[in-house]
Amino acid sequence: MSVAEILEGKRVVVCAGSGGVGKTTAAAAVALGMAARGAKVAVVTIDPAKRLAGALGLDMLDNEPSRIDSRRLAGVAMKGELWAMMLDPKRTFDDLIDSVAPTPERAAEIKANRIYRQLSTAVAGSQEFTAVSKLYELSQSGRFDLIVLDTPPARNALDFFDAPARLEAFLEGSALKALLRPTSVGMRLFAKGAVPVLGALRRVTGVDVTTDLATFFALLGGMTESFGMRARHVDLLLHAQTTGFLLVTSPQAGPTEDAISFRRTLADGRLPFSGAIVNRVHPPLASVLTDSELPDVGPALAQKLATAVSEYGVLAARDAANIARLTAALDGAPLLLVPEFEDDVNDVHGLVRIHRELFV
Amino acid sequence: MPSPLLQRRLIFVTGKGGVGKSTVAMALAGVAARRGMRTIVADVNGAGEEHEQQLAPNLFTLSIHPQRAMEEYLSVKVGGTAGQILGQSRMFSAFAMATPGMRELLSLGKVWELAQTQRRAWGGEPYDLTVVDAPASGHGAALLRTPRTFAEIAKIGPIASQASTIAQTLADRDFTAIVAVAIPEDLAVAETLELDEALQRERLNIDLLVLNQRHPDRFEERELEVLRPLAAAPAARLALAADLRARSEAEQAARLEARFGGRLQSLPFLFSPELGDDELEQLGEALAL
Repeated sequence: MSVAEILEGKRVVVCAGSGGVGKTTAAAAVALGMAARGAKVAVVTIDPAKRLAGALGLDMLDNEPSRIDSRRLAGVAMKGELWAMMLDPKRTFDDLIDSVAPTPERAAEIKANRIYRQLSTAVAGSQEFTAVSKLYELSQSGRFDLIVLDTPPARNALDFFDAPARLEAFLEGSALKALLRPTSVGMRLFAKGAVPVLGALRRVTGVDVTTDLATFFALLGGMTESFGMRARHVDLLLHAQTTGFLLVTSPQAGPTEDAISFRRTLADGRLPFSGAIVNRVHPPLASVLTDSELPDVGPALAQKLATAVSEYGVLAARDAANIARLTAALDGAPLLLVPEFEDDVNDVHGLVRIHRELFV
Repeated sequence: MPSPLLQRRLIFVTGKGGVGKSTVAMALAGVAARRGMRTIVADVNGAGEEHEQQLAPNLFTLSIHPQRAMEEYLSVKVGGTAGQILGQSRMFSAFAMATPGMRELLSLGKVWELAQTQRRAWGGEPYDLTVVDAPASGHGAALLRTPRTFAEIAKIGPIASQASTIAQTLADRDFTAIVAVAIPEDLAVAETLELDEALQRERLNIDLLVLNQRHPDRFEERELEVLRPLAAAPAARLALAADLRARSEAEQAARLEARFGGRLQSLPFLFSPELGDDELEQLGEALAL
């Protein structure tokens, strides 16, 4: 089966998986293949390998997709267009503030706030938040037939889907606003519990934080509606039938378990699942050793060859067992295997090779 | 001169996703436990067991949940009914959990608590060594940076003083060590070098770099010359591919050696279907500690 069939009719593809399984390269290969078949495709990556980014001419961080020169793509016949961008979370956050702030002055004040600066850079979760935000923006623009999103590495899918919600919750700040504005309805509703809470909050957090937060929310005032609206739209987009989630994994025990739990999370969240890609597979030994005889090379080298073959056999057996577990968990959903390449594949050559495996 | 690794009370293990951080954390803790040190391995993803569990003699494990860490902190710090009310107040916890960096700070607070000789958790017996199976590089560095950020933002108040105590503990090379794990592949090496720079900006240092999953380099040049014309034979092809990998790994290892020199230790790739206790012990003993 080819990725092209799996993604028939999709406008958005989200590649999910644990770290270190080749997710970024797989996302780029999927985008490349779809573009080669005639679509105008944008791939949004979080942190591509420098060599790959450089080779594609992606060294500029302008936070907007730029078109990849097809001459860089080592002999792939390109019917459509391949666009790519590296996500800059800080920049995306700033753009978001610019777009929802009522005036440029208000936007500038927010961007200068200490809480905001902390929020938009250092915090785990800001990558996830900005990734879906950018995805939504690109999808709204209607500029592309297909958008492929490479997600930040996460141990489990929940991290990815929870982080935006957590940040939204914070940005909406309903709990805190109730505490800070003594006259608000919220305050009156929660009056009984809130008074000791407010006092303790000061004692526990230190006054400075509370003041900064108060300023932050005062500045955000009136904008929370826009955040909420955006969150609902993003949610609709992720659940749309024209969206597909592709799991990317490797055939080791840990990533396989992660992939199986990802699959469950997607099902629980009723998110549209398209299939799984298993990267770096050692094909079964039987297919490697068709002419089982070792050449006559003398006993010492023959011994080494036998060791190399048996070591490979262990990995091939391990991969087969994990792939079988994953297959059972996929319940008939498409599964694509990409073989292990002996040299590092984080360049255009590797990208093209993986793309050929995915689009057969 | 910083203290030897196992003489510290707290070790953070970080590195790119998928390079074997958890394995190295368990292997390290296993060595310590077998030497009679009461050792705990803690992760901060809150996905596992939220109470301290014993795995083997002297070896314990715990998954830190930020929410639970907060309740514990409040009951100890604020105390009594107020602490209980706060811990259970949905409003307060929604606020605290959503505050940027708060989950990280609370998790680190629990890590710090585990590593103290006098523990404040009720009934908590002290550990000789706490090994943290930390998040991957980027998030790992962000985690380690959190206390300093908080100490700078919240200048006064208990959080500020707690945060600066934790920050000092993390920077104390007699108390805390940072172990980075890498594999000899381009991406992982690049991320390790970036991690090292990010940590140095925080005035933190990688004490030990574990270069995990080194494949054997067993073929000599004259043997390869014999094999090259035989590449049509699958065994020879496998051998040549293995050699190609070994060369590429040597190149990547050299990049790390140039930066880390004597702080680098290699672990072999284990050709076994899964990593059990025996394999962990084998890896632990391969680390000269």
